[in-house]
Amino acid sequence: MPNALTIALIPLLPLAGFVLLGLFGKRYTGKYSGIIGTALLLASTLIAVYTAYEYFSHSQGGKYSNIIAAKYTWLQFAPGVSIDMGLYLDPISMMMIVVVTLVSLMVHIYSLGYMKDEERFSTYYAYLGLFTFSMLGLVLSSNIFQIYIFWELVGVSSFLLIGFYYDKPSAVAASKKAFIVTRFADLGFLIGILVLSYASGTLDFNTMISTLTSPESSQLKTAAASSFLGMSVITWGGLLVFMGGAGKSAMFPLHIWLPDAMEGPTPVSALIHAATMVVAGVYLVARLFPIFAITTPILLELIGWVGAVSAVIAAIIACTQTDIKRVLAYSTMSQIGFMMFALGVSGYGGEAGLGYTASMFHLFTHAMFKALLFLGAGAVIHYVHSNEMKDMGGLRKAMPVTHITFLIACLAIAGVPMLSGFFSKEEILLAAYHHNPAIYWIALLTSGLTAFYMFRLYFNIFWNKPYHAHGEHHGEAPASMKFPLILLAVGAALAGYIPFGKYVSSNGEPLASHFELSFSILPVSLGIAGIAIAWIMYRKQSGLPEKVSSGLGGLYKAAYRKFYIDEIYLFITKKVLFNLVGRPAAWFDRNVVDGLVNFTGNTTQMVSERIKNCSRAKYSSMLCTSCWLR
Amino acid sequence: MNLLLLIATPLLTALAVLFCRNQEQVKWTALVGALAQLVLSVVLLLLYNQERAAGNTMQMLFEESYALFNNPPINFHFGVDGLSVAMILLTSFVLVAGILVSWNIEKMTKEFYFLLILLALGAYGFFISLDLFILFFFLEVSVIPKYLLIGIWGSGRKEYSANKLALMLMGGSALILVGILLLYFNAGHSFDITELSQVTLGNRLQHIIFPLLFLGFGVFTALFPLHTWVPDGHSSAPTAGSMFLAGISMKLGGYGCLRVATYLLPEGAKQYADIIIVLSAIAILYGAFATMMQKDLKYINAYSSVSHVGFSLLGIGMLTQTAINGAMMQMVSHGVMTALFFAVIGMIYDRTHTRQVNEMGGLMKGMPFAMTVFFIVGLCSLGLPGLSGFVAEMTVFMGSWQNADTFHRVATIAACMSIVVTAVYILRAIGKVAMGPVVNQDHIAAGDVKWNEKFAAIILLAGILAIGIAPQWLNKLLSPTAEIIMNRINGH
Repeated sequence: MPNALTIALIPLLPLAGFVLLGLFGKRYTGKYSGIIGTALLLASTLIAVYTAYEYFSHSQGGKYSNIIAAKYTWLQFAPGVSIDMGLYLDPISMMMIVVVTLVSLMVHIYSLGYMKDEERFSTYYAYLGLFTFSMLGLVLSSNIFQIYIFWELVGVSSFLLIGFYYDKPSAVAASKKAFIVTRFADLGFLIGILVLSYASGTLDFNTMISTLTSPESSQLKTAAASSFLGMSVITWGGLLVFMGGAGKSAMFPLHIWLPDAMEGPTPVSALIHAATMVVAGVYLVARLFPIFAITTPILLELIGWVGAVSAVIAAIIACTQTDIKRVLAYSTMSQIGFMMFALGVSGYGGEAGLGYTASMFHLFTHAMFKALLFLGAGAVIHYVHSNEMKDMGGLRKAMPVTHITFLIACLAIAGVPMLSGFFSKEEILLAAYHHNPAIYWIALLTSGLTAFYMFRLYFNIFWNKPYHAHGEHHGEAPASMKFPLILLAVGAALAGYIPFGKYVSSNGEPLASHFELSFSILPVSLGIAGIAIAWIMYRKQSGLPEKVSSGLGGLYKAAYRKFYIDEIYLFITKKVLFNLVGRPAAWFDRNVVDGLVNFTGNTTQMVSERIKNCSRAKYSSMLCTSCWLR
Repeated sequence: MNLLLLIATPLLTALAVLFCRNQEQVKWTALVGALAQLVLSVVLLLLYNQERAAGNTMQMLFEESYALFNNPPINFHFGVDGLSVAMILLTSFVLVAGILVSWNIEKMTKEFYFLLILLALGAYGFFISLDLFILFFFLEVSVIPKYLLIGIWGSGRKEYSANKLALMLMGGSALILVGILLLYFNAGHSFDITELSQVTLGNRLQHIIFPLLFLGFGVFTALFPLHTWVPDGHSSAPTAGSMFLAGISMKLGGYGCLRVATYLLPEGAKQYADIIIVLSAIAILYGAFATMMQKDLKYINAYSSVSHVGFSLLGIGMLTQTAINGAMMQMVSHGVMTALFFAVIGMIYDRTHTRQVNEMGGLMKGMPFAMTVFFIVGLCSLGLPGLSGFVAEMTVFMGSWQNADTFHRVATIAACMSIVVTAVYILRAIGKVAMGPVVNQDHIAAGDVKWNEKFAAIILLAGILAIGIAPQWLNKLLSPTAEIIMNRINGH
């Protein structure tokens, strides 16, 4: 194993990039900022891959243990309760550091071309460094408060990057929305941490999990006995922590920030809002999985349903959107829904734990093909200068590399056999089939829809009407943009062949990989049906899509307007919070509380005026009276 | 280290300022004096830690006592513990920054700097005093200059605000004075905090004296509903005045609530803890909601201060060691943060000549440095990890949660909710002022900050980061004080 200092370099190198480029970027490094940031990240990636390789090649009889490579007390609250900054090595954190550094590196390289004419080029790379640092810190956390700290830091990096084009009002609004919605969810996370830490007497993951899962522990007995509104304290804690995860992972109904977040530069969407940050919620549930699975199975059920509902709703909305990045955003939400319900249908240990392995597997493959889809979309947007499908079409000749790689990603996400998405999705469906048939059928429907909307996107961009270029012509994309596309396409094609169950499972013991031909027939044929419908409707220009959408009437309109969820939120915030709480509070303060203060002052003044106006004679007579009274 | 140095340096600086011939001399004298004081404060911190590391377990270090009167016994009794050291450091940071941002004051420069340093002198004296009479004296020393600073150099309805502030603070002082005298006559004719802490007063007496002292100091620290001097006072005060007012003066109150009211009258604290919790939870949420509706930058930070200072009071009311520790951390953290916030608002105002959020936009283009600082201080206010606010608030939350009954739980959750509301108003302000399209081209042409403003911002930023990135030093510095207070409360 590499030593702790080397492992610490994985997050620290991107941080160094942030500090360096943030302080000196604009003045000194200028156009070399991109190279500097990329070089630092390359080093970090190499160390991460090496660390993961070393970790996975040292198993104890096939079982992987959890290692805390380093720990530093950051803030001590009370004896035994402290925030520690640690480096936690276990199969999922090792998998995540590889995903994060790899995708981040691809985005760094891609941005060398994509962002090259940006005025705030250095700032952009500084922010990327900050994000990568925070995300790596998040996945390596050994302490629940540490994960919360980095959780907030990825939130703020996301805010900075969504609002990167800060003079655009829509970007500012989107960045604020993303931060505030996730902050609201984080409120739950924070209270959840308080609940769980009080129940277990620690903030440390390992200790917390062992105290809250072993039936003998006295803390668990006390916590399970005390209930609030019919649920045990641990259930509440888990629920609130899951709320944080649902916010970050854009699960229904906290998903509204994700589509708007597409205001950020496209490579950022690929990194943050597709491959890494948005899966943090899934990662969090996986991290605390033993607690959910053993102590609060009812919550796991809820997680399953939240994931399934999000998956299907997002897939329906994705079928109607016309902005290609928004289609991808809803697709991301839908796929994360898959990962989430896969955890929800999983059990702890053995064959029952298939969902857990499948979820992590899907997280891994999804990172590849979704990052690829976003980067491909970025290349298209770079070429046509528009996000709208109507401005595209027939681009397959002009952009051959983008076309082929995009197609591979579409096939992978649609679950076409032999590509990565197929393997992970089949495992998820299998796990759902055995544990929760209702969720299985929803998932099946969703994967059909997925194939449809992805190929609707694909045909609209690369086929449909012929492309008429207006304005200046430039080539497809610079090499710096093509290279990540090709590399990710290789990943998207081949990532499925990794025997994932051998490395990642709910209790660390290896799980044989599952593949049943008879089981796969139904999902695969549904996927192919979806592709076929998209082919009929969108390969050539026709009136068919309009006919279908008008035929669906209200349902189409509702889906197009994203089921009016944004409007509901707007009503709650604008009408209720601002007008019914904020305004009265401000009015009350100025007029009632301060009014009382002024009233006191004025009364005092008035009384003293009265006394002043008393004539001298009165004073003397009063004086006399008082003397006389004596 | 002789603690008298901490009073002597500002006193000499203030006097030297009076003898200066021209503006330049005044400014540089004041700055040199403040820097010397900053160095002294850092040295104090180092010496203090050295003493502690060497195993000195006395409650107060570097004690000095000089008799002033024998009957009644009034002594210049000085001494510091971790809390005092932290507050002294805070004062020094804010003083240097305050002098730097006032660099371009044209009107009565000499008097301005004199009063500013006098204010700091009052704070230093207050934080090292162990004699209630002397402590009260220094508290008053720090009130009078505020009246003049606002009345003469202020803006807007400055006479009204100055009157309001001075009268309300004086009202608080009156309560404190009555409380101190009651203590004196009932606890063996002594003003000395260390002596008084050995005496255990009867419960009834404590129940009478505690509210007097707590409310009195509470006025200083914007205890709801006695906070209304805060918005008006801040909005009318000159930049350095606001920085001092929010950064230090409000902390005098918090310090008094802890050191005098809670420490000397533990039974009283227990009796009224629930009321304190209710009032501070209201202040936290209500202040945050009221901030949401403000359009003037200074009002935004003033109301947000009411909300943030509420965390200090909440921590005190929770009566657990961690919560009290958090309360003290919040005092330090909020002091640095709010001073920086007002400094940035001053920088913005100097260039745009407005504080109305709606009249600004896209300032990032014209003043990247100022806006970056604005960003960071805003993020600190909304409790971003890595910056000081997070550390303090989380400590308060963790400490509050140790009380397991429903009442404390509800209050804690209410306080937690403010982190969302804070995010709303901070991002609204940042989004409107720093980001978005440029509203007024003149604002962009005004240019970025000057060296003095930059220096001031960097000094305060250093404070925010020092607490935010590695909070353990502050935690270690403060926790013995929290432990001693808790021991009193638990009756050990």
